Amino acid sequence: MSETQPTVTFRGRGFVPATKRWAPWLAFVLIIAAWEFASDTGLLPSLFMPSPHEVLLALYSLLVDGKLFVHIGASLQRIVGGWLLGSFAGLCFGFAMGIFVLARSVGLPVVAALFPIPKIALLPLFILWFGIGEPSKIATIALGVFFPTVVSTYSAVDNVPRNLIRMAQSFGLSTPAIVWKVILPGAMPGILSGFRISSSIALILVVAAEMIGTQVGIGAFVLAAGNLMQTDQLVAGVVLLSLLGLTISWLLGIAEKTLLRWR
Amino acid sequence: MQVVLDGVGYAYGDLPVLDGVSFSVAEGETAALIGPSGCGKSTLLNLVGGLLQQQVGRVSTPGAPPAGCLNPLTFVFQDFALLPWRSVAGNVALALEHHGLGRKEREGRINEVLTLCGLADFADALPRQLSGGMRQRVGIARAIAVKPAVLLMDEPLSALDAQTRELLMEDLVAIWARERTTTLYVTHNLSEAVRLADKVVVLSRRPGRIKRVVEVPVPVFERHKLDHAAALQALQDELWGLIKTEAQVADREVQDV
Repeated sequence: MSETQPTVTFRGRGFVPATKRWAPWLAFVLIIAAWEFASDTGLLPSLFMPSPHEVLLALYSLLVDGKLFVHIGASLQRIVGGWLLGSFAGLCFGFAMGIFVLARSVGLPVVAALFPIPKIALLPLFILWFGIGEPSKIATIALGVFFPTVVSTYSAVDNVPRNLIRMAQSFGLSTPAIVWKVILPGAMPGILSGFRISSSIALILVVAAEMIGTQVGIGAFVLAAGNLMQTDQLVAGVVLLSLLGLTISWLLGIAEKTLLRWR
Repeated sequence: MQVVLDGVGYAYGDLPVLDGVSFSVAEGETAALIGPSGCGKSTLLNLVGGLLQQQVGRVSTPGAPPAGCLNPLTFVFQDFALLPWRSVAGNVALALEHHGLGRKEREGRINEVLTLCGLADFADALPRQLSGGMRQRVGIARAIAVKPAVLLMDEPLSALDAQTRELLMEDLVAIWARERTTTLYVTHNLSEAVRLADKVVVLSRRPGRIKRVVEVPVPVFERHKLDHAAALQALQDELWGLIKTEAQVADREVQDV
């Protein structure tokens, strides 16, 4: 009798953490199509929001007159310079704080006090110190990158399993060898995810820093376009920033895949 | 090399965990250290291995290490302590790299211990690809690669399932037959102690004191024979009788450390 012997029904459906490959592309296409449609029918006045094809045209004209690479080049130079400087210093301080008791005791409160300062507020000070040119911009980015790098490096080093360090000690490895062979690779996942945060901070700060005292760079370009109500240029600049951010995170993804193959 | 403990005591802050522990492990002998949980077995092992600062009493290691010994006091850890980013061969190499061996000798030693531990086919595998038993074989291979004078084994089989444990015990007996290393073996598993040790040191509850030292009368290599089974079981029951009440108390204890 089926009434007295009911079949078990499946009730474990859903809540699967999977993604569909085509879904994001479709969503992009739909959003841009809807945007284009709204602009073409006049729902979206082009003074306030240019249509996608106007943005494309603006990007194309930038490409043709060669200014595209001037702006991107200037911004990239500042990002790379500031990010390298800030990351290097941040890694050194983070490692010191993770390894040495004294550095940690001094470093933690100092970092806690300075981390919350919006670094862009210090730009005028840096302009006074370093002049209005490149060094003040690079210093702003470097400082903005420094603090999150210190914090993520410190906690990454702190989270390297103690048992691995004790194992290395029990085999008589020297302190530098332990740092190089155990702590550095063990902290690498945390350091790389710190790089994701610090690179996006560098992108934010470069735009802000370029709004003072320069004619080139994506930030300067966006500001100038805004002042002249050239919204197609403005949105084109924003698209460039998004592409730049995507490229950086793609590069970091490659670095993670190569360096963390063991996970 | 022998291990001699003379009145060893240790306290974490106000909490004494070891008190006046004296015994010695002779050259080539295997001593198992058993006792209820929290009796300071691992603390004792870390004191012997120099991973904890000695407080009271003295740990000494009279006698010369064997020829070619790179790291006289060598641990095998309960959680294996393998570097997840290094291959099996790389993990063994870690113990050798800082000793200035020639490339040829280093690779020779690595191949030798990997073969001895049945890992020759897994030299390039990463730890995450291996079963628990294979991971601990890597831990053992790494330890014998430095030709230790004293092996300090901290519950080496406790993280493994019962079947794997049986297999590894056989391997350990085979390795000891070859290397004749002095061994201090911490375990909470009485059958492991009775199967592997020449003598069993029974510790009391915290603070750990020596309750009794029991010699296992049957030679290690004959213990698998059926005619010894009854005697070994009787010995295991005797050991259980020694620690049962304390194990019960330890089990009901609220941790406040």
